[in-house]
Amino acid sequence: MTGALLAVDRLEKHFVLRRSFLGSPTFVVRAVDGVSFTLRQGETLALVGESGSGKSTVGRLVLRLIEPSAGRVVFDGRDVFALDPSALQALRRDAQLVFQDPYASLNPRMLVGDILAEPLKLHAVVPRSRRHGRVAELLDLVGLNPKLARRYPHEFSGGQRQRIAIARALAVEPRLIVCDEPVSSLDVSIRAQVLNLLRDLRERLGLAYLFISHDLAVVKHIADRIAVMNFGRIVETANAETLFAAPRHPYTRALLSAIPVPRPRAKRERIAMGDVPSVLTPPAGCHFNTRCPFAVERCRNERPALADDGSGHATACHRWAELPAAAAVASEGQGSPVLDRLIAAFEPADVRADAGVDTVESERTGAPALR
Amino acid sequence: MSALLEIKDLRVAFHGDRGRITRAVDSVDLTVASGTTLGLVGESGCGKSVTSLAVMGLLPRSATITGRIGFEGIDLLALPDRAMRDLRGDRLAMIFQEPMTSLNPSYTIGEQIIEAVVRHRGVSRREARAHAIDMLTKVKIPAPERRIDDYPHKLSGGMRQRVMIAMALSCDPELLIADEPTTALDVTIQAEILDLLRELKATTLSAVIMITHDLGVVAEICDEVAVMYAGEIVERAPIDVIFERPGHPYTVGLLGSIPRLDRRTERLATVPGRVPDMTAPPPGCRFAPRCPFAAEICIAAPPPRVPLSREHWTRCVRAPIEELVQ
Repeated sequence: MTGALLAVDRLEKHFVLRRSFLGSPTFVVRAVDGVSFTLRQGETLALVGESGSGKSTVGRLVLRLIEPSAGRVVFDGRDVFALDPSALQALRRDAQLVFQDPYASLNPRMLVGDILAEPLKLHAVVPRSRRHGRVAELLDLVGLNPKLARRYPHEFSGGQRQRIAIARALAVEPRLIVCDEPVSSLDVSIRAQVLNLLRDLRERLGLAYLFISHDLAVVKHIADRIAVMNFGRIVETANAETLFAAPRHPYTRALLSAIPVPRPRAKRERIAMGDVPSVLTPPAGCHFNTRCPFAVERCRNERPALADDGSGHATACHRWAELPAAAAVASEGQGSPVLDRLIAAFEPADVRADAGVDTVESERTGAPALR
Repeated sequence: MSALLEIKDLRVAFHGDRGRITRAVDSVDLTVASGTTLGLVGESGCGKSVTSLAVMGLLPRSATITGRIGFEGIDLLALPDRAMRDLRGDRLAMIFQEPMTSLNPSYTIGEQIIEAVVRHRGVSRREARAHAIDMLTKVKIPAPERRIDDYPHKLSGGMRQRVMIAMALSCDPELLIADEPTTALDVTIQAEILDLLRELKATTLSAVIMITHDLGVVAEICDEVAVMYAGEIVERAPIDVIFERPGHPYTVGLLGSIPRLDRRTERLATVPGRVPDMTAPPPGCRFAPRCPFAAEICIAAPPPRVPLSREHWTRCVRAPIEELVQ
């Protein structure tokens, strides 16, 4: 565990839905149920899973936005849940969050410049005289024209707002950013811009990302390692290439088989799964057993442990070793050389140039940006 | 194959404050043949939803609509409101991204389906109820005879989407417009809904317009694709062609921005900038300011429709663009 920037150990979060007359919990949802992982400086770990799998709750626990029911989170040697308020404030400088919805996460009454200056002030990142200059640098860093500091959030499109939210997270020079579905509300072409930006920033600033997403194609593109969550537990974790090439857990296989592939008549055999059981009453043993085509008696009684095979590929399944080798993700075919050459014409020289046309455009017309 | 829906020169404009006019849809021509699933692809604000709402007669009165929307020989735009209400839900149906916006939370799902069936089919409530149970069975809702008396909030997102499909199909429509029906769902549920639509397409529906921004979904269930950009259809092609030899630079940009599952891509292609302000679209080709292939000629005049093969055309004056990268 040494060398890890972030170490999460047997983390649990239970939400009490109902209490008895005397106040003792009678109905509990185990949103996070014994999650452990580590994240190194400069690394991207993706948490994937369906809605209700607990992936966002893990993100909030890591930043101590909510308190855990059990377990530990150690960030750079500091026990996050033992920090006093001032130490917690210091932690917030090192670990930041970017949300899904850039419409809800920016205060509509504040100028973009003030939104970016606020964390600089709060954490005394730079002396007052340098604040203005730093705001301009931050906007430039995420590919926006520094002059836009004097605009309000509603004057920006969704993709630009997400760039502002990223700039705000970067203002305090963090080492970790928890990205909770950061591109899910964006259009495809804008999504590509923001993903390229996130990759670019990681390389230049040595950032670590905890990247929470339900979109496996996006995750494959950005993550070094992937942890698949189901009902509050990690069921499989491996580096991204391995997970897509040789998924082991039946749940991972089924998830991968469900991704629509942008090639007509792509060979793909979807593994059908039954309906998701209620989060209130997950089945005993392996939580996936009611949907699993390979479940046996043992799966219904005994919770499988997340076992590492020594190569960093860990699976929480009693039977993975005896299952037939999984067909990897549907092949997208040979592809078309013509298409590849055409696409190459779109590849930007510099990711920061992506948004350039944008700002020039809105300056010329002087009109507020439309979505 | 005859044309079930034939849209000719459709224009929709919204009048904003200070006299600003947003031309959300501009001279759209679109035909949908019986027996086909057409994918209508584009990003937010490109006019794909406005086009479909025009077909359904669901645009606000403040919108200015011109052109012709022919549905089996009837011009929908010339139809009185009452006649349109008779058609809608009966022969034309639509489903939306968020099922809760179309399901009334204070009625059971059964009451909502029964209402439509009684309204359009003039059958008794008992017959309508039996029919509703059939429909719920068809969309694979488990225990439909019990579920029919549930309120929408008791159902999961995937189940609600199925109920909405059951409701839309309850009067056996000829045309179903599905507006991002799987966007809000998890991949596993999405795959089930797509399977369901494919199955229904083979058995009951005669044509489907699938509105989506997800080219993966298009590849899964569509026969043909129309790509929209800034209120115009910029390319129309059969499904195999669009993924192999796209004819419009915007389509290329869209294809390049999807992360690929079967290979390692360091950097996604991106379409720089953003969609133009529709109160003042750029002169000439609307995509030109963002297009790597743009030349003088593109800004000079709106591009013509250039045929690339019998069933494939593009609105690009530089077509065929593949010759530009040889």
